[in-house]
Amino acid sequence: MGYVPIGFAYGVLAKQAGLKTFNAVAMSVLVYAGSSQLIGASLFGAGAPVASIIVTTFIVNLRHMLFSAALTRYLKGWRKRALAVFAYELTDETFAVHSAQFSEWVPLKAEVIATNVTAQLSWLLGGWLGAVVGGLISDVKPLALDYTLPAMFVALLVMQIRLKTEVVVAVLAGSMSVVLTLIGVGRWSVIVATVLGATLGVILESHWPQHEATAA
Amino acid sequence: MIDQWAVFLTMIGMGAVTYLPRLLPLWLFSSRDLPPLVVAWLRYVPAAVLAAMLLPSLVMPEGRLDVGLENLFLWAAIPVFAIAWRTRSLFPPVIVGMVLVAGVRLFT
Repeated sequence: MGYVPIGFAYGVLAKQAGLKTFNAVAMSVLVYAGSSQLIGASLFGAGAPVASIIVTTFIVNLRHMLFSAALTRYLKGWRKRALAVFAYELTDETFAVHSAQFSEWVPLKAEVIATNVTAQLSWLLGGWLGAVVGGLISDVKPLALDYTLPAMFVALLVMQIRLKTEVVVAVLAGSMSVVLTLIGVGRWSVIVATVLGATLGVILESHWPQHEATAA
Repeated sequence: MIDQWAVFLTMIGMGAVTYLPRLLPLWLFSSRDLPPLVVAWLRYVPAAVLAAMLLPSLVMPEGRLDVGLENLFLWAAIPVFAIAWRTRSLFPPVIVGMVLVAGVRLFT
């Protein structure tokens, strides 16, 4: 249910960025990944080149690969078609719900899918309402809709971090991203900082093996 | 005006690069079958990418470095962080952060 307000914020921002309601809602069907939809909307609004929009989306959503890998062992009895449906709705929120639940027991397939469908319908509803209202709002600042994405990143970051090396990587990647942006690298600064940051993490880990213990 | 058809086509590409990483591990591997180096690298991607997106939005919300007291985005992040830490969930901290920023803007 928490999806409705953030979906709403997405819808407003997508509309403000210049997307028609149809496209704002279509992104929740075609892409369906909260934070990257907000980023996508702002990149469309800024007139970013197609390649940089797609590569940014890829990098931002690459974390779902880990979620997918982490849940594989619980879903061994599922057919490929059911897994394909499940994967489509694997987001930060549904992963958090499932990974907590699956470690105790794995519910029936219908129940798992129902949880996911409910989440996406809430997101779609919020996004559609936001897109409709977004056409009527002249300024997003009084509602602090421009703070949705930063707040979401803080929360996601806190939820993801388990290791000390991850804290170091976050600080390094964040700082590199700021420096690269300041020196004018532009839209690619996030991707460069991410790739360098994750690589430094692996190097750091091999020189600091005592922190390997709590793998996800 | 943006070309809505171009947006739609771009979104299909965005959808493909989002869906494949979600699907392929479920289809092809169990978690221990991914090469260890790939797993190690992937494990640092979330922290790296989220921080790389976040930090510029906090310390340079207007496009230039600003760590002064009037930078609302930066200081509001502290309670958001604290609530995220306590609740370990996505929505309460986001809502509190937005209410806080909206409130400060209303009264200043």
